[in-house]
Amino acid sequence: MEPFTTIKSIVTPLDKVNVDTDQIIPKQFLKLIQKTGFGQYLFYDWRYEGGVPRKDFVLNDLRYKNSKILLVRDNFGCGSSREHAAWALSDFGFRAIISTSFADIFYNNCFKNGILPIKVNEQVLCKLFENESEIEINLGKQTIKNENIDVSFYIEPHWKKVLLEGLDDIALTLKHDDEILKYENAQRNSRIRVS
Amino acid sequence: MAKTLFEKIWDSHVVVDERNGRSLLYVDRHLVHEVTSPQAFDGLRMNKRKVRRTDLTFATMDHNVPTSNRSLPIVDQTSAVQIKTLERNCKEFGIELFDINSPNQGIVHVIGPELGITLPGTTIVCGDSHTSTHGAFGALAFGIGTSDVEHVLATQCILMEKPKTFEINVVGKRKNPHTITAKDIILSIIRQIGTAGGTGTAFEYRGETISDLSMEQRMTICNMSIEGGARAGIIAPDEKTFDYLRGRRYVPKNYDELVEYWKENLKTDSNARFDKSFTLRADEIAPQVSWGTNPAMTVDVTGKVPFPEEYAKGNAEEQKAAVKALQYMGLKSGTPITDIELDRIFIGSCTNSRLEDLIEASKVVNGKKISPKMRAMIVPGSQHVKKQAEEMGLDKIFKDAGFEWRESGCSMCLGMNPDILSAGERCASTSNRNFEGRQGAGGRTHLVSPVMAAAAAIYGHFVDVRELDLN
Repeated sequence: MEPFTTIKSIVTPLDKVNVDTDQIIPKQFLKLIQKTGFGQYLFYDWRYEGGVPRKDFVLNDLRYKNSKILLVRDNFGCGSSREHAAWALSDFGFRAIISTSFADIFYNNCFKNGILPIKVNEQVLCKLFENESEIEINLGKQTIKNENIDVSFYIEPHWKKVLLEGLDDIALTLKHDDEILKYENAQRNSRIRVS
Repeated sequence: MAKTLFEKIWDSHVVVDERNGRSLLYVDRHLVHEVTSPQAFDGLRMNKRKVRRTDLTFATMDHNVPTSNRSLPIVDQTSAVQIKTLERNCKEFGIELFDINSPNQGIVHVIGPELGITLPGTTIVCGDSHTSTHGAFGALAFGIGTSDVEHVLATQCILMEKPKTFEINVVGKRKNPHTITAKDIILSIIRQIGTAGGTGTAFEYRGETISDLSMEQRMTICNMSIEGGARAGIIAPDEKTFDYLRGRRYVPKNYDELVEYWKENLKTDSNARFDKSFTLRADEIAPQVSWGTNPAMTVDVTGKVPFPEEYAKGNAEEQKAAVKALQYMGLKSGTPITDIELDRIFIGSCTNSRLEDLIEASKVVNGKKISPKMRAMIVPGSQHVKKQAEEMGLDKIFKDAGFEWRESGCSMCLGMNPDILSAGERCASTSNRNFEGRQGAGGRTHLVSPVMAAAAAIYGHFVDVRELDLN
C-alpha cells in the first residue's frame, strides 16, 4: 500500500447525512472481480442521469476536479460492508474523508486502502463546509490547516502507523504466528473444543 | 469482575491483546460468498499465502445467483464470472462450497444456522454486514470488508477494536405475536435509536420479549443490528437455541458437553454493567412500515407519512434528508400509510426468508388472490427452506394466490441478480434496507414484516394486519 504523506488539496463538499455504501458504489458494479477501476462508478446514481453527468452533483463540478479530500456529514458509509466503496473512493482519487462520524465497517475499510477518515466535531465540520480554499492534512502532526483553519484530529496510533508506513496488516499478524499456534493447540486439547 | 456475554466471548478469543483497546481475535467460523471474496483470494495468490483453516471456512453463492430456473445457464456474464471464480477459488484453496446446485445452497446467514455451522459462544465473520444474524445463537458475529476476509483466510484471526456494550431491553407482552412480529420490534428499535445509534457498540438484546421469541424471530432481530449502526447483536442462548441446533449436520460430536458448558457460561453476569442501555416496550408497538430511504424513517401502519420537520425534531441535516427522501419515494406528508398503493411485493432476504416467515405469510394469503396489478415474489432463504415449505404445501398456497415461487438467494433485497425494481416502482419488502436504488435504480422500497407484505399483496395497498382474521 502506498504510504500516506501530507496532502494539500481543495475539498469536495458533499452535504448529506447518512450516506450509505449503496450510494457510494451501487450494486450493479459489485460483480467485478478486481480491486481497480471502480472510480468511474463512484456515486454513480447521483453522478449520472441516463449516462449523462448531472450538473447539480458536486463530483461533476469542475472546481473540485483533482480534489483529494471529501467532506461529508454524519454517519458516512453506513449499510453494506462492501469494500468496493473504499476502492471506488480511492480509485477516484480521494485520500482523506472528513466527517463527524463514520460507520464502523466502512471506517476500517478506509485504512486498509490508504484512505484517511478524519473525525472532527460539528463546529469544525461547519467551518470546513464554509471554507473554499485548499487545506493541508498532515497525518504525522495530525493537523488540518490553511490560512483560516488550524485544527488537530485524533487518530488511533495503530492506524496512523499503518497509513504512514503503508503496512500490510496480514504480514503484521503473521508475526504473531507463535501466539496463534498456541491458541490453536489449547483449543485442540480442550474438552469444549469448537475450532 | 462481572462481565457481559459479549465480553466473555471476546475475552475467550483474544490471541494477542495489544493493550490499546485493540485485540487479535481468533475466528471460529468464516463464511464466504461470491461478491466480497474474489479480491481476497487474489491477494492470497499474489503473496503466496494459503487458507489457514479450511476446516473452519465454508462458502456458498447467494448474492448474485438467479432465482429462476437453475437448469438454464446464467444470462448475466459478469455474474457468471463471479460465480465461476468462487468455484475455482474454493477448489484451489480447499474450501467446502455449497454451490448453485447443492441442496445446502442458500443465503449465507440462513444456511449457517440451518447446517449447524453457527454455534453459541463462537466468533463468526463473513464479508457481509448482516453477519450479525448469527448473534441470535449467542455467537459473536461480525461483518467485515474484503481486506479482512483475506486477513482471516490467511491468519484465522481478526484485528479489532473492542466495541462498547449496548443493552437493548425488550419488555412487555405483544397482544398478538402473529401481527406484531420480530421485524416490527427491530424496526421500532432502529426508529428510536437512529441508524447510527449503535455505532462503535455491540448490542445485547435482553428481556422477556426476547426470551419469548423463536430462534427464527431472534435471527430477524439480530440481523438488523447493523441497521442500527452496531458491529454485532447478540442474544444469550437458551434451551430453544440448544434444541434448534441439536442434530444439525455440522454441530461437533461433543455437542452435549458443549451445551452443558454453554448453559453455565454464556450469559451476562447479573451485576455486569453495559456502556449504554435502551428499553423498548413491545406491548405498545404497532406493525411498522418504512416511508423513507433509511430504516430509521419508519412509522406505525396506523400513522401518516410525516412532515420533514416532524421527523427531524430540530436537526437541520435530518430535515434536509427527509425532504430528499420524500421526493425520492414520491410521497406526500400527511398521507395515511394505508393509502399507499404498491406495485411489487418481495418476501425474502436474510432478514425474513425462513420457514416461519413463509408459514406466517401463507396464513394471510391462504385461499385469496393477490391484487391484479401486483407482481409478488417469494424467495426462500435456502434450498432447505424451499423444500420444507413445499412439503407443507406452502408453495401451492402462494402460487394459487398469484405469487412467483423462486429458488433461494439474496435476490431483490439488493438486486444484484435479475430480480430488480424498475424506476418508480413501489415495493413492500421484507428485506433490511430501503436505501435509494437498493432494489433497482429509482425503485421505492418500504420495509415491512412478512405478514404485512403478504396482506399488502392481497389488498394492493398497506393494511393493518391486526384487522385481519389470521386464525
